[in-house]
Amino acid sequence: MIEDPRVKMFRHISIYAVLTVGAIVMMVPLFWTVSTSLKTRDKITIRRLELIPDPIAFENYPYLFEARPIFRYTRNTMVIVVASLFGAWVPCTLAGYAFARIPFPGRNIFFGILLATMMLPYVVRLIPLFLFFDEIGWTRTFGPLILPRVLGHNAFYIFLYRQFFRGIPEDIYDSARIDGCSEFGVWWRIFMPMSRPVLAAVSIFAFSFAWNDFLNPLIYLGSNKELWTLALGLNALQGFEGEDNSLNLIMVFSMLMIVPMLVVFYFGQKHLISGVTAQGSLKG
Amino acid sequence: MQASLKAQRSESDTSWKVRLQEWWFRNRALIGYAFIFPWFAGFIIFDAAPFVYNLYLSFTDYQIGTVGTPPWIGFENYTEIFTEDKLFGKSMYNTLYYLGFSVPLRLIFAFLIALILNLRVRGMELYRTLFYVPSVVPLVAATVIFAGFLNTRYGFLNQFLVLIGATPVRWLSSPDAIKPSLILLSLWGFGGQMIIFLAGLQSIPEDLYEAAAIDGGTGWHRLIYITVPLMTPTIFFNLLLGLIGGFQVFEQVFILIGTHGGALQAGLVYMLHVYNKAFRDFEFGYAAALSVILFLIIFVLTLMVVYTSNRWVFYGDAQDDEA
Repeated sequence: MIEDPRVKMFRHISIYAVLTVGAIVMMVPLFWTVSTSLKTRDKITIRRLELIPDPIAFENYPYLFEARPIFRYTRNTMVIVVASLFGAWVPCTLAGYAFARIPFPGRNIFFGILLATMMLPYVVRLIPLFLFFDEIGWTRTFGPLILPRVLGHNAFYIFLYRQFFRGIPEDIYDSARIDGCSEFGVWWRIFMPMSRPVLAAVSIFAFSFAWNDFLNPLIYLGSNKELWTLALGLNALQGFEGEDNSLNLIMVFSMLMIVPMLVVFYFGQKHLISGVTAQGSLKG
Repeated sequence: MQASLKAQRSESDTSWKVRLQEWWFRNRALIGYAFIFPWFAGFIIFDAAPFVYNLYLSFTDYQIGTVGTPPWIGFENYTEIFTEDKLFGKSMYNTLYYLGFSVPLRLIFAFLIALILNLRVRGMELYRTLFYVPSVVPLVAATVIFAGFLNTRYGFLNQFLVLIGATPVRWLSSPDAIKPSLILLSLWGFGGQMIIFLAGLQSIPEDLYEAAAIDGGTGWHRLIYITVPLMTPTIFFNLLLGLIGGFQVFEQVFILIGTHGGALQAGLVYMLHVYNKAFRDFEFGYAAALSVILFLIIFVLTLMVVYTSNRWVFYGDAQDDEA
């Protein structure tokens, strides 16, 4: 079937028109963010659209570091990120490995429990956990944010690892065991090096969930400014103390939160599509 | 296994090493338990115990001043929620309103753009990235950006509306505009679902389309008889996930509108109501009861996902083969 060249041309133009308009609409808020972050204080309160700032106020960026304890926020956020990554790399992979390769009585029951917890919404655990941590005096500390992460309390990561480990041929496992490798040795010397793709995808999830977490830091650290994370700091700049005339600083702060995420996603892109797809077909 | 293990022993092996290997082998089950122990401990502390205690709390009158065992009041919290609590109905209505628009609209945008990108147009990767980038923006940052973007006087949107001669809108302070603003924010992040749909579309076998072309099927036929039926499981699954997530919408509203829920509490979503009861009024028992109701709704939706899963499992396999 030969298509009329004019029809084909029209089709092409309309496809690009839709995509380009759509992409512009999606990009406008980000473009506006960059633009506002570079405006001087008197320019942000002008009630007229000005997309390219004049003058360009690069000094807003260093100024935010003076005006807000950005380094402290970043350090506090990194504490949570590091705990998350540790949990994702060690206890979660060990558990995923056990569910995939080590036969032990009750394995299916435990795995069933694991799957069931993926469906348990956070809202039914929120209040008891808060009361519990309050009781043991852990509110206003990192404890409630670190403990679950360090224990690898994330059924989704374990599930992803298990699926991936099951795909590693049994022969490799057997020959390593026959050569006298321990379970721990098989996990460390064979499964971990072979699992770069799934490790990369889970690491990106772990980083971004920790980086983005808001509700938990709000509940546990909200009243302790010393331990505020970037998300809490940004919210405070915007919400409680924010006035319209600090819009440029708010956008500078937003950029500081966005850029690391973009970097992580850029380098992890390759692995992420498969990871996101798995996530989408299993859990949102 | 034991025999082959022994055969592999070389002369240089020290005896403790051999014994350790044998011990590892004999105690595999023990090692299995050891490996899942951190997760299981986390399960008890962070899932099982809180879940049970939350259920218990919902039948008590546990408040900030309560000392010792919280007084058991049976279904009183629940009766109060359904008969007296005006904010229960209001917040449920707001949540359903938000869901009713944001979830289907996101899916429609995500699906349509994925369809277009799947036409293998030149520059497809660039467009895919541009549509996806907003979903990478941290939720707090995205919300704060929208607070500025929708600012009545200095925000982009109103200045743009003025520029083209339209009437500016008080996006975040007029009760009629609060929910549309929240929906707008959620639409900005449709890229995640778009990626999922795109991966699904790309895993549809090419020969199906070729067969249809040979039979004289037009592009429209291919869409209606091949693409859409094969994608329905993915769409349906994402719809349910969207609903489950949408019922728990919190952070965006908290940051954009504040805990009160904005003018006429038009932005008071269900989670905000739970949060206020727990962490503002410190009525923990009552808030627990509210959370149990939300749990039941989500539970029913989750069961729907599980019972329809046999329809989408096939798809997961197809994608695994490709990756």
